[in-house]
Amino acid sequence: MIFRKRFGTVVGLMTATVVFAAEPTPVASTPPSSTPLPPDQLAKAIKTDSLTIPTPGELFAAFEKPGKPDWAGQYRTPIPVTYRNRAQIALNLGGLIADGFIAVEAQDSQQVKNIGTDIIKLAKALGVSENVLSRGNSINEFAENSEWDSLQEELEATQNEVKTSMQSHSDQDLVILVSLGGWIRGTQVVSASIIKNYDERSARVLRQPAVVSFIHSKIGEIGAELRNEPLVKEVNGQLPALEKLVTFPSGKAPTLDEVRKINQAVSKLMEAVQNKTEAK
Amino acid sequence: MRSRVAIFFGLMALATAPSLRAQTDEEVEAHKLVLDLTGAFSNEGFKVRDGHWTGTIKPQERALVAVNLYAGNQYWFSAAANAKAKKISVDLYDESGKPVVTETYNSGDKASAGFSPTNSGQYFVSLGLIEGEATAFCLVYSYK
Repeated sequence: MIFRKRFGTVVGLMTATVVFAAEPTPVASTPPSSTPLPPDQLAKAIKTDSLTIPTPGELFAAFEKPGKPDWAGQYRTPIPVTYRNRAQIALNLGGLIADGFIAVEAQDSQQVKNIGTDIIKLAKALGVSENVLSRGNSINEFAENSEWDSLQEELEATQNEVKTSMQSHSDQDLVILVSLGGWIRGTQVVSASIIKNYDERSARVLRQPAVVSFIHSKIGEIGAELRNEPLVKEVNGQLPALEKLVTFPSGKAPTLDEVRKINQAVSKLMEAVQNKTEAK
Repeated sequence: MRSRVAIFFGLMALATAPSLRAQTDEEVEAHKLVLDLTGAFSNEGFKVRDGHWTGTIKPQERALVAVNLYAGNQYWFSAAANAKAKKISVDLYDESGKPVVTETYNSGDKASAGFSPTNSGQYFVSLGLIEGEATAFCLVYSYK
Protein backbone atom coordinates (compact mmCIF):
# COMPACT_ATOMS: atom_id res chain seq x y z
CA MET A 1 0.00 0.00 0.00
CA ILE A 2 1.71 3.11 -1.28
CA PHE A 3 -0.51 5.35 0.73
CA ARG A 4 0.14 3.47 3.90
CA LYS A 5 3.88 3.75 3.36
CA ARG A 6 3.69 7.44 2.61
CA PHE A 7 1.23 8.17 5.33
CA GLY A 8 3.56 6.38 7.72
CA THR A 9 6.44 8.48 6.47
CA VAL A 10 4.50 11.65 6.94
CA VAL A 11 3.32 10.83 10.40
CA GLY A 12 6.81 9.75 11.28
CA LEU A 13 8.20 13.04 10.10
CA MET A 14 5.59 14.96 11.99
CA THR A 15 6.00 13.25 15.29
CA ALA A 16 9.34 11.47 15.15
CA THR A 17 8.25 8.77 17.56
CA VAL A 18 4.81 7.88 16.39
CA VAL A 19 3.96 4.31 15.66
CA PHE A 20 0.57 3.53 14.19
CA ALA A 21 -1.97 3.12 16.88
CA ALA A 22 -3.64 -0.21 17.25
CA GLU A 23 -6.14 -0.78 14.47
CA PRO A 24 -9.45 0.64 15.57
CA THR A 25 -11.73 -2.31 15.48
CA PRO A 26 -15.35 -1.23 15.51
CA VAL A 27 -16.77 -2.54 18.74
CA ALA A 28 -20.35 -2.65 17.63
CA SER A 29 -23.08 -1.06 15.69
CA THR A 30 -24.26 1.47 18.14
CA PRO A 31 -27.93 2.31 18.32
CA PRO A 32 -28.76 5.97 18.62
CA SER A 33 -28.07 6.85 22.21
CA SER A 34 -29.25 10.40 22.32
CA THR A 35 -32.35 12.33 21.57
CA PRO A 36 -32.79 14.26 18.33
CA LEU A 37 -31.00 17.57 18.08
CA PRO A 38 -33.34 20.54 18.18
CA PRO A 39 -33.39 22.90 15.18
CA ASP A 40 -31.70 25.70 17.10
CA GLN A 41 -28.68 23.46 17.72
CA LEU A 42 -28.57 22.37 14.10
CA ALA A 43 -28.65 25.99 13.03
CA LYS A 44 -25.58 26.70 15.14
CA ALA A 45 -23.54 23.86 13.64
CA ILE A 46 -20.17 24.88 12.28
CA LYS A 47 -19.89 24.92 8.51
CA THR A 48 -16.48 25.11 6.92
CA ASP A 49 -15.20 25.00 3.38
CA SER A 50 -12.78 22.26 4.36
CA LEU A 51 -15.35 19.82 5.73
CA THR A 52 -18.83 20.91 4.71
CA ILE A 53 -18.23 21.02 0.95
CA PRO A 54 -17.38 17.56 -0.40
CA THR A 55 -14.46 17.20 -2.79
CA PRO A 56 -14.98 16.03 -6.38
CA GLY A 57 -13.15 12.87 -5.34
CA GLU A 58 -15.87 12.06 -2.80
CA LEU A 59 -18.60 12.67 -5.34
CA PHE A 60 -16.94 10.49 -7.97
CA ALA A 61 -16.23 7.71 -5.47
CA ALA A 62 -19.94 7.47 -4.63
CA PHE A 63 -21.06 7.91 -8.20
CA GLU A 64 -19.09 4.98 -9.56
CA LYS A 65 -20.23 2.50 -6.92
CA PRO A 66 -23.09 1.02 -8.99
CA GLY A 67 -20.80 0.66 -12.01
CA LYS A 68 -17.78 2.37 -13.49
CA PRO A 69 -18.89 5.13 -15.86
CA ASP A 70 -17.11 6.18 -19.03
CA TRP A 71 -14.93 8.78 -17.37
CA ALA A 72 -12.94 9.54 -20.51
CA GLY A 73 -16.20 10.35 -22.25
CA GLN A 74 -16.57 13.28 -19.86
CA TYR A 75 -13.36 15.06 -20.83
CA ARG A 76 -13.81 18.58 -22.15
CA THR A 77 -11.67 20.51 -24.56
CA PRO A 78 -8.84 22.35 -22.83
CA ILE A 79 -9.93 25.63 -21.30
CA PRO A 80 -7.99 28.88 -21.69
CA VAL A 81 -5.39 29.41 -18.98
CA THR A 82 -4.85 33.06 -19.76
CA TYR A 83 -7.62 34.59 -17.67
CA ARG A 84 -6.70 37.77 -15.85
CA ASN A 85 -9.74 38.18 -13.66
CA ARG A 86 -8.92 36.60 -10.31
CA ALA A 87 -12.45 35.43 -9.60
CA GLN A 88 -12.59 33.73 -12.96
CA ILE A 89 -9.22 32.11 -12.37
CA ALA A 90 -10.36 30.80 -8.99
CA LEU A 91 -13.58 29.34 -10.42
CA ASN A 92 -11.73 27.70 -13.28
CA LEU A 93 -9.04 26.40 -10.99
CA GLY A 94 -11.70 24.53 -9.04
CA GLY A 95 -13.13 23.16 -12.28
CA LEU A 96 -9.71 22.05 -13.47
CA ILE A 97 -9.03 20.23 -10.23
CA ALA A 98 -12.30 18.36 -10.76
CA ASP A 99 -11.06 17.53 -14.27
CA GLY A 100 -7.93 16.15 -12.67
CA PHE A 101 -10.04 13.81 -10.55
CA ILE A 102 -11.87 12.68 -13.68
CA ALA A 103 -8.58 11.86 -15.41
CA VAL A 104 -7.45 9.95 -12.33
CA GLU A 105 -10.70 7.97 -12.33
CA ALA A 106 -10.12 7.26 -16.03
CA GLN A 107 -6.55 6.22 -15.14
CA ASP A 108 -5.26 8.36 -18.00
CA SER A 109 -1.68 9.42 -17.29
CA GLN A 110 -1.33 11.86 -20.16
CA GLN A 111 -4.60 13.60 -19.37
CA VAL A 112 -3.57 13.93 -15.73
CA LYS A 113 -0.28 15.51 -16.79
CA ASN A 114 -2.03 17.91 -19.18
CA ILE A 115 -4.47 19.02 -16.53
CA GLY A 116 -1.75 19.23 -13.91
CA THR A 117 0.14 21.62 -16.17
CA ASP A 118 -2.95 23.79 -16.62
CA ILE A 119 -3.65 23.80 -12.88
CA ILE A 120 -0.16 25.08 -12.19
CA LYS A 121 -0.48 27.74 -14.90
CA LEU A 122 -3.71 29.05 -13.39
CA ALA A 123 -2.31 28.82 -9.87
CA LYS A 124 0.73 30.79 -10.99
CA ALA A 125 -1.53 33.49 -12.38
CA LEU A 126 -2.96 33.91 -8.90
CA GLY A 127 0.51 34.28 -7.45
CA VAL A 128 0.26 31.30 -5.18
CA SER A 129 3.18 29.93 -3.21
CA GLU A 130 6.11 27.94 -4.55
CA ASN A 131 4.79 24.91 -2.68
CA VAL A 132 1.82 24.78 -5.03
CA LEU A 133 3.99 25.16 -8.09
CA SER A 134 6.23 22.29 -7.06
CA ARG A 135 3.19 20.04 -7.06
CA GLY A 136 3.23 20.02 -10.85
CA ASN A 137 6.34 17.83 -10.67
CA SER A 138 4.75 15.49 -8.17
CA ILE A 139 1.62 15.15 -10.29
CA ASN A 140 3.75 14.30 -13.33
CA GLU A 141 5.79 11.80 -11.37
CA PHE A 142 2.75 10.02 -9.96
CA ALA A 143 1.09 10.01 -13.39
CA GLU A 144 4.19 8.50 -15.00
CA ASN A 145 4.09 5.71 -12.45
CA SER A 146 0.30 5.25 -12.59
CA GLU A 147 0.04 5.89 -8.85
CA TRP A 148 -3.66 6.69 -8.89
CA ASP A 149 -4.29 6.82 -5.15
CA SER A 150 -1.31 9.12 -4.69
CA LEU A 151 -2.54 11.30 -7.54
CA GLN A 152 -5.90 11.69 -5.91
CA GLU A 153 -4.24 12.73 -2.66
CA GLU A 154 -1.99 15.09 -4.57
CA LEU A 155 -4.94 16.76 -6.26
CA GLU A 156 -6.75 17.22 -2.96
CA ALA A 157 -3.57 18.54 -1.39
CA THR A 158 -3.00 20.88 -4.33
CA GLN A 159 -6.49 22.31 -3.97
CA ASN A 160 -5.96 22.71 -0.27
CA GLU A 161 -2.60 24.35 -0.71
CA VAL A 162 -4.00 26.78 -3.26
CA LYS A 163 -6.63 27.76 -0.69
CA THR A 164 -4.04 28.09 2.05
CA SER A 165 -1.95 30.28 -0.19
CA MET A 166 -4.99 32.41 -0.98
CA GLN A 167 -5.65 32.88 2.70
CA SER A 168 -2.10 33.90 3.42
CA HIS A 169 -2.20 36.39 0.54
CA SER A 170 -5.41 38.01 1.80
CA ASP A 171 -7.32 36.37 -1.02
CA GLN A 172 -9.48 34.30 1.30
CA ASP A 173 -12.61 35.46 -0.50
CA LEU A 174 -11.45 33.49 -3.52
CA VAL A 175 -11.39 30.21 -1.60
CA ILE A 176 -15.12 29.62 -1.87
CA LEU A 177 -14.93 30.26 -5.61
CA VAL A 178 -12.42 27.43 -6.03
CA SER A 179 -14.81 25.13 -4.17
CA LEU A 180 -17.74 26.36 -6.25
CA GLY A 181 -15.87 25.79 -9.51
CA GLY A 182 -15.10 22.24 -8.45
CA TRP A 183 -18.66 21.57 -7.40
CA ILE A 184 -20.12 22.91 -10.65
CA ARG A 185 -17.76 20.87 -12.83
CA GLY A 186 -18.22 17.73 -10.74
CA THR A 187 -22.00 18.03 -10.89
CA GLN A 188 -21.88 18.69 -14.62
CA VAL A 189 -19.87 15.55 -15.25
CA VAL A 190 -21.96 13.33 -13.00
CA SER A 191 -25.29 14.58 -14.32
CA ALA A 192 -24.12 14.20 -17.94
CA SER A 193 -23.01 10.67 -17.22
CA ILE A 194 -26.34 9.81 -15.57
CA ILE A 195 -28.20 11.13 -18.61
CA LYS A 196 -26.21 8.74 -20.80
CA ASN A 197 -26.98 5.75 -18.62
CA TYR A 198 -29.70 6.49 -16.06
CA ASP A 199 -29.47 4.57 -12.82
CA GLU A 200 -31.43 5.55 -9.72
CA ARG A 201 -28.60 4.59 -7.38
CA SER A 202 -26.15 6.84 -9.20
CA ALA A 203 -28.66 9.67 -9.48
CA ARG A 204 -29.03 9.81 -5.70
CA VAL A 205 -25.67 11.56 -5.38
CA LEU A 206 -27.19 14.67 -6.95
CA ARG A 207 -29.19 15.45 -3.83
CA GLN A 208 -27.02 18.28 -2.47
CA PRO A 209 -29.18 21.26 -1.50
CA ALA A 210 -27.19 22.09 1.62
CA VAL A 211 -23.96 22.33 -0.36
CA VAL A 212 -25.43 24.90 -2.72
CA SER A 213 -27.07 26.78 0.11
CA PHE A 214 -23.79 26.94 2.02
CA ILE A 215 -21.82 28.16 -1.01
CA HIS A 216 -24.46 30.79 -1.71
CA SER A 217 -24.32 32.02 1.88
CA LYS A 218 -20.50 32.13 1.82
CA ILE A 219 -20.51 34.20 -1.34
CA GLY A 220 -22.88 36.54 0.44
CA GLU A 221 -20.14 37.11 3.02
CA ILE A 222 -17.30 38.00 0.66
CA GLY A 223 -16.23 41.57 -0.03
CA ALA A 224 -18.68 43.70 -1.97
CA GLU A 225 -16.21 44.42 -4.75
CA LEU A 226 -15.65 40.77 -5.57
CA ARG A 227 -19.27 39.84 -4.96
CA ASN A 228 -20.41 42.46 -7.45
CA GLU A 229 -18.08 41.42 -10.22
CA PRO A 230 -20.26 40.45 -13.18
CA LEU A 231 -19.17 36.83 -13.30
CA VAL A 232 -19.51 36.24 -9.56
CA LYS A 233 -22.85 38.04 -9.55
CA GLU A 234 -24.13 35.96 -12.44
CA VAL A 235 -23.03 32.65 -10.99
CA ASN A 236 -24.22 33.49 -7.49
CA GLY A 237 -27.53 34.70 -8.86
CA GLN A 238 -28.22 31.29 -10.34
CA LEU A 239 -27.46 29.33 -7.18
CA PRO A 240 -30.92 29.63 -5.54
CA ALA A 241 -32.56 28.11 -8.62
CA LEU A 242 -29.91 25.43 -8.73
CA GLU A 243 -30.50 24.67 -5.06
CA LYS A 244 -34.12 23.92 -5.86
CA LEU A 245 -33.08 21.63 -8.69
CA VAL A 246 -30.90 19.50 -6.40
CA THR A 247 -33.54 19.30 -3.68
CA PHE A 248 -35.45 16.02 -3.61
CA PRO A 249 -37.24 14.25 -0.80
CA SER A 250 -34.89 12.15 1.29
CA GLY A 251 -34.75 8.64 -0.14
CA LYS A 252 -35.96 9.64 -3.58
CA ALA A 253 -33.74 9.72 -6.64
CA PRO A 254 -34.21 12.43 -9.27
CA THR A 255 -35.91 11.37 -12.46
CA LEU A 256 -34.09 11.46 -15.77
CA ASP A 257 -35.88 14.67 -16.62
CA GLU A 258 -34.83 16.24 -13.34
CA VAL A 259 -31.24 15.19 -14.00
CA ARG A 260 -31.41 16.84 -17.42
CA LYS A 261 -32.53 20.09 -15.82
CA ILE A 262 -29.66 19.97 -13.36
CA ASN A 263 -27.22 19.31 -16.16
CA GLN A 264 -28.56 22.21 -18.20
CA ALA A 265 -28.25 24.56 -15.23
CA VAL A 266 -24.69 23.61 -14.29
CA SER A 267 -23.59 23.53 -17.94
CA LYS A 268 -24.87 27.07 -18.33
CA LEU A 269 -22.86 28.07 -15.26
CA MET A 270 -19.78 26.28 -16.53
CA GLU A 271 -20.05 28.09 -19.82
CA ALA A 272 -20.21 31.43 -18.04
CA VAL A 273 -17.22 30.52 -15.90
CA GLN A 274 -15.16 29.52 -18.91
CA ASN A 275 -16.15 32.19 -21.36
CA LYS A 276 -17.08 35.29 -19.48
CA THR A 277 -15.44 38.43 -20.81
CA GLU A 278 -12.83 39.69 -18.42
CA ALA A 279 -14.37 42.04 -15.89
CA LYS A 280 -11.12 43.75 -15.05
CA MET B 1 12.34 11.32 -1.70
CA ARG B 2 11.20 14.43 -3.47
CA SER B 3 7.64 13.19 -3.66
CA ARG B 4 7.66 12.22 -0.02
CA VAL B 5 8.84 15.66 0.92
CA ALA B 6 6.12 17.10 -1.28
CA ILE B 7 3.53 14.97 0.46
CA PHE B 8 4.87 15.99 3.81
CA PHE B 9 4.56 19.65 2.98
CA GLY B 10 1.17 18.93 1.52
CA LEU B 11 -0.03 17.50 4.77
CA MET B 12 1.54 20.34 6.67
CA ALA B 13 -0.42 22.67 4.42
CA LEU B 14 -3.44 20.50 5.00
CA ALA B 15 -2.95 20.98 8.68
CA THR B 16 -3.24 24.71 8.34
CA ALA B 17 -5.70 25.11 5.51
CA PRO B 18 -9.15 25.28 7.00
CA SER B 19 -8.51 27.80 9.64
CA LEU B 20 -7.80 31.47 9.23
CA ARG B 21 -6.33 31.65 12.71
CA ALA B 22 -3.16 30.01 13.90
CA GLN B 23 -3.65 26.69 15.62
CA THR B 24 -2.68 26.28 19.22
CA ASP B 25 -0.10 23.71 20.24
CA GLU B 26 -2.89 21.63 21.76
CA GLU B 27 -4.81 21.65 18.49
CA VAL B 28 -1.71 20.64 16.54
CA GLU B 29 -1.19 17.80 18.99
CA ALA B 30 -4.82 16.70 18.65
CA HIS B 31 -4.41 16.76 14.88
CA LYS B 32 -1.40 14.47 15.08
CA LEU B 33 -3.34 12.10 17.31
CA VAL B 34 -6.31 11.92 15.00
CA LEU B 35 -4.07 11.28 11.99
CA ASP B 36 -2.62 8.30 13.88
CA LEU B 37 -6.14 7.00 14.28
CA THR B 38 -7.17 7.48 10.66
CA GLY B 39 -4.01 5.72 9.47
CA ALA B 40 -5.68 2.47 10.40
CA PHE B 41 -8.70 3.26 8.24
CA SER B 42 -6.39 4.18 5.38
CA ASN B 43 -5.09 0.65 5.51
CA GLU B 44 -8.59 -0.48 4.62
CA GLY B 45 -8.80 1.75 1.56
CA PHE B 46 -10.34 4.84 3.15
CA LYS B 47 -9.05 8.17 1.92
CA VAL B 48 -8.60 10.91 4.47
CA ARG B 49 -10.48 14.03 3.49
CA ASP B 50 -8.11 16.95 3.08
CA GLY B 51 -9.63 19.05 5.80
CA HIS B 52 -10.01 19.05 9.51
CA TRP B 53 -11.77 20.91 12.26
CA THR B 54 -10.12 21.95 15.47
CA GLY B 55 -11.45 23.75 18.49
CA THR B 56 -11.99 23.45 22.19
CA ILE B 57 -14.48 21.15 23.82
CA LYS B 58 -15.80 21.57 27.34
CA PRO B 59 -17.31 18.96 29.65
CA GLN B 60 -20.90 18.10 28.84
CA GLU B 61 -20.81 20.30 25.78
CA ARG B 62 -21.32 19.31 22.20
CA ALA B 63 -19.35 20.55 19.20
CA LEU B 64 -21.30 20.20 15.99
CA VAL B 65 -20.16 20.40 12.37
CA ALA B 66 -22.24 20.03 9.21
CA VAL B 67 -21.04 17.68 6.47
CA ASN B 68 -22.55 16.62 3.17
CA LEU B 69 -22.37 12.92 2.43
CA TYR B 70 -23.10 10.78 -0.60
CA ALA B 71 -25.20 7.64 -0.67
CA GLY B 72 -22.95 4.80 -1.72
CA ASN B 73 -19.85 5.96 0.13
CA GLN B 74 -18.67 4.67 3.48
CA TYR B 75 -17.41 7.20 6.00
CA TRP B 76 -15.45 7.22 9.24
CA PHE B 77 -15.50 10.36 11.36
CA SER B 78 -12.59 10.42 13.76
CA ALA B 79 -11.71 12.77 16.58
CA ALA B 80 -8.91 13.05 19.08
CA ALA B 81 -8.38 15.31 22.05
CA ASN B 82 -5.46 15.92 24.37
CA ALA B 83 -4.73 13.96 27.49
CA LYS B 84 -6.96 16.22 29.58
CA ALA B 85 -9.89 14.49 27.93
CA LYS B 86 -10.57 11.11 29.49
CA LYS B 87 -13.38 10.09 27.21
CA ILE B 88 -14.82 11.62 24.06
CA SER B 89 -17.57 10.51 21.74
CA VAL B 90 -18.43 11.01 18.09
CA ASP B 91 -22.07 10.78 17.03
CA LEU B 92 -23.90 11.41 13.80
CA TYR B 93 -27.29 12.96 13.09
CA ASP B 94 -29.25 13.26 9.88
CA GLU B 95 -30.45 16.52 8.39
CA SER B 96 -33.47 16.63 10.64
CA GLY B 97 -31.37 16.11 13.76
CA LYS B 98 -32.32 12.48 14.22
CA PRO B 99 -29.49 10.24 15.51
CA VAL B 100 -28.26 7.63 13.05
CA VAL B 101 -26.85 4.20 13.79
CA THR B 102 -23.09 4.09 13.46
CA GLU B 103 -20.25 1.70 14.04
CA THR B 104 -18.12 3.05 16.82
CA TYR B 105 -14.59 2.96 18.09
CA ASN B 106 -13.73 4.53 21.42
CA SER B 107 -10.42 4.70 23.18
CA GLY B 108 -10.50 7.40 25.81
CA ASP B 109 -9.30 10.55 24.10
CA LYS B 110 -9.93 9.12 20.62
CA ALA B 111 -13.19 8.10 19.02
CA SER B 112 -14.58 7.26 15.59
CA ALA B 113 -18.02 6.71 14.11
CA GLY B 114 -18.54 4.79 10.87
CA PHE B 115 -21.53 5.33 8.64
CA SER B 116 -22.76 4.36 5.16
CA PRO B 117 -25.58 6.72 4.20
CA THR B 118 -28.41 5.47 2.04
CA ASN B 119 -29.49 9.04 1.38
CA SER B 120 -27.25 11.81 0.08
CA GLY B 121 -27.47 15.11 1.87
CA GLN B 122 -26.51 16.99 4.96
CA TYR B 123 -25.56 15.29 8.21
CA PHE B 124 -24.21 16.60 11.48
CA VAL B 125 -21.20 15.24 13.31
CA SER B 126 -21.26 15.77 17.04
CA LEU B 127 -18.21 15.62 19.27
CA GLY B 128 -18.80 15.30 23.00
CA LEU B 129 -16.47 15.39 25.99
CA ILE B 130 -17.91 12.79 28.32
CA GLU B 131 -15.14 12.77 30.94
CA GLY B 132 -12.22 15.09 31.54
CA GLU B 133 -11.33 18.74 31.41
CA ALA B 134 -11.85 21.26 28.66
CA THR B 135 -9.31 20.68 25.93
CA ALA B 136 -8.50 21.03 22.25
CA PHE B 137 -9.81 18.51 19.75
CA CYS B 138 -9.40 17.74 16.08
CA LEU B 139 -11.91 16.01 13.83
CA VAL B 140 -11.31 14.57 10.37
CA TYR B 141 -13.14 12.14 8.15
CA SER B 142 -12.26 9.36 5.77
CA TYR B 143 -14.29 7.91 2.94
CA LYS B 144 -14.27 5.17 0.35
